Amino acid sequence: MFAACADPKAIEGLTWAMCYLTSGKHVDFYWSFVTVLALLAITAPVAMALGFGGAMAARSHITPIRWFGKAYTAMVRGVPDIVYFLFFVIALDQGIEYLNHLRVCEDLSQPVFRGLEFHVCPEAKVPPASASPFVNQLYGFGLAVITFAIVFGAFVANVIFGAMQAVPRAQLETGEAYGMSQRQVFRRILVPQMWTYALPGLTNLWMILIKATPLLFLLSVKDIVYYARELGGTKTQAYDYPHPDWRLFYFLGLLVFYLAMTKISEIVLTRISNRLSKGQATAAGEAMRKAAI
Amino acid sequence: MKKLLLATVVLAMTAGFASAQVVRLATEGAYPPFNFINDKGEVAGFERELGDEICKRAALECTWTTNEWDSIIPNLQSGNYDAIIAGMSITDERSKVIAFSDNYYPPTASAYLAASADADIKTGVVAAQVSTIQAAYVAESGATLLEFPTPDETVAAVRNGEAVAVFADKDYLRPFADESNGALVFVGEDVAIGSGIGIGLRQSDTELKAKFDTAIKSMKADGSINALIDKNFGGKGLKF
Amino acid sequence: MSCWETFTDYALRSVGIGAKLLPKADFTLCQQFTLIGSGLIWNVYFAALALLFGFFLANALALARIAHSPFIRKPAEWFVFIFRGSPLFIQFFLAYEMLVLLPRTGINLFGITIVTSWLTKAWAGALIVLFLNTAAYSAEIFYGALRSIPKGDLEAAEAYGLTGWHKFRRIQWPTMLRLAWPSYTNEAIFLFQSTTLVFFSGFPAFSQQGDALYYANYFADKTFNPFIPYPIVAFYFVILTLGVIWLFGRINRHLNRHLPQNSRSKIRLRPQLIR
Repeated sequence: MFAACADPKAIEGLTWAMCYLTSGKHVDFYWSFVTVLALLAITAPVAMALGFGGAMAARSHITPIRWFGKAYTAMVRGVPDIVYFLFFVIALDQGIEYLNHLRVCEDLSQPVFRGLEFHVCPEAKVPPASASPFVNQLYGFGLAVITFAIVFGAFVANVIFGAMQAVPRAQLETGEAYGMSQRQVFRRILVPQMWTYALPGLTNLWMILIKATPLLFLLSVKDIVYYARELGGTKTQAYDYPHPDWRLFYFLGLLVFYLAMTKISEIVLTRISNRLSKGQATAAGEAMRKAAI
Repeated sequence: MKKLLLATVVLAMTAGFASAQVVRLATEGAYPPFNFINDKGEVAGFERELGDEICKRAALECTWTTNEWDSIIPNLQSGNYDAIIAGMSITDERSKVIAFSDNYYPPTASAYLAASADADIKTGVVAAQVSTIQAAYVAESGATLLEFPTPDETVAAVRNGEAVAVFADKDYLRPFADESNGALVFVGEDVAIGSGIGIGLRQSDTELKAKFDTAIKSMKADGSINALIDKNFGGKGLKF
Repeated sequence: MSCWETFTDYALRSVGIGAKLLPKADFTLCQQFTLIGSGLIWNVYFAALALLFGFFLANALALARIAHSPFIRKPAEWFVFIFRGSPLFIQFFLAYEMLVLLPRTGINLFGITIVTSWLTKAWAGALIVLFLNTAAYSAEIFYGALRSIPKGDLEAAEAYGLTGWHKFRRIQWPTMLRLAWPSYTNEAIFLFQSTTLVFFSGFPAFSQQGDALYYANYFADKTFNPFIPYPIVAFYFVILTLGVIWLFGRINRHLNRHLPQNSRSKIRLRPQLIR
């Protein structure tokens, strides 16, 4: 990056540290923080949508849809998320390619699963074999987002389902008394009122989501844990910047990052929670009313 | 002028067409000097140079990717890349599920690296990377196997005294021994396991295997493979 | 080899009893179920002991958090923040890296040598991390419950002349436990799930003795097929979770036994204070 860094083995002291911390690999490391933040930013709304859908399905009057919704919400109750991460991505990748295979391939006579091998025609590969490494990384990132969203969508569905049940029955009955249809009651009363009950759970889920990101490396995304391990390990003279085992320091850096993320989230979410509690017939709303007097 | 431009465009297009087959190569990126991610963030090492040369000789366009050692074979079978060049020893177990090219590195010598010359490698705690042939060997040897997910952690375990020795490819361990100022020494006899290191391929990819085999044969014949080994292993690697 | 022989060989393999080597061929469903089930011993060991010890520390922390003196309150708040604010994955890793830095020969304190090498073993080191972790999460749950004890209950207690320790032991603590129990059940379930991380980050496995996920990993690696062993782990954990819900439900019923039917709190997954 800098001219002084042309020959890393000859420099030392502060210059060495500066060159070391700005090496190409470190720049990748810094970018991986952006990757993690981007994943959080994209996963949260997708998981919300999935969770909302799941909760609606679980309340459906049509039996198969209800079963599906119930099964989805029950999915995360018993099984560690790490287990999903370990085989979801390959399954998802194969599923996408299989669908594509049925769509674009001309010769469908060959079986797709041959023993342990998985075969689709070259045109059906997602992303195509000629894609640049960047596209491949993007695809891997997309798979990780979907995996995270499915697992966390199930958590969200649990919370939202509970919140919908918690909305006082009287409020819904009032809506019905005004002559609203089921659909109108759902849209105009149940959903707006639900948020205040769902927020504590959703807040907590956001915290869980942040803390699940170190498992990203399981999904073949080069995240901060991957780089912290890679950069911290002992480096022999084969590398430009040899150094002993520094993993402890890199991981302490990650610890600080996560604690900061938690703190910032807490501050922001408390504000949102206060806004939502305004004028609600809950303990928090009551406390605010009293404080205002 | 216009014609010349057109001609070059056509030439470029046909050239692009001829090398349209892109082969994706996967490696672990944590096993110097075989393969590692250098400080620029690129795949480097013996296998990088070798792979590039093989692709050149076989007229293939190759791209590199890295994958965790744990899931490197399932992802090959799932078609996420076409070949594994990751210091993978050819074993019967692996040959059942994937195909291997001709070996591009002779049967490796594995060795014990310990913190003292009198370390008890027969019954003591010996570290090895999980799911390697060395880990299987230690499990059978009577020593207590201590498993780590990355090779780097196995050497760290000897340094901090968690294990009396680490058992791994001698070529991987040699730089650690050389640069430790005598703190780490090789103990016991070298052990030859596996039948060399080869490129891992899907069993159905016979065409690609043939291309790789031809390229490797030609590199063995003109001695360029030995030159690469010399260059990357500090003159101490095994040669053909 | 019949399935029964496999069972006798591998049912206790995770604690070092039975066959010396892991299966190297066949990888039948029977082998996979037995060995992964054997690994479950470690998951139960970690979770049960961490919950047991963590319960006491969590009570102390929750009390410290409602204390008036900042010298007691602040350290407790920081402890809870650090363990709840960072991923368990990183906590395991850091704990291992720090524990291996302890001197091999032990620490010499006033002529007595304290041996420290056992701390780096998963059975001790990982248990300590899980213990501190669950204590922090449970403390938050208990703290919330302590603050939501109905004011009337406390006033009634004072009217009966109960003060100080008596009031706490007879009124505050039982009420807190009753209010916190549904959330605490969720914490227990999630702690069981977290135990799969032990051999996954930081702590290495000795002599191929690991938890359920460790053996699932082994089979996934040997058969090159992740679609069988991981669902087996999932299956075992569903059963384990049902067991935990049953056990904690029994305790919940006991805690609520004095209340009229309709005001008893039921255990539902209410992920408000889960990890």
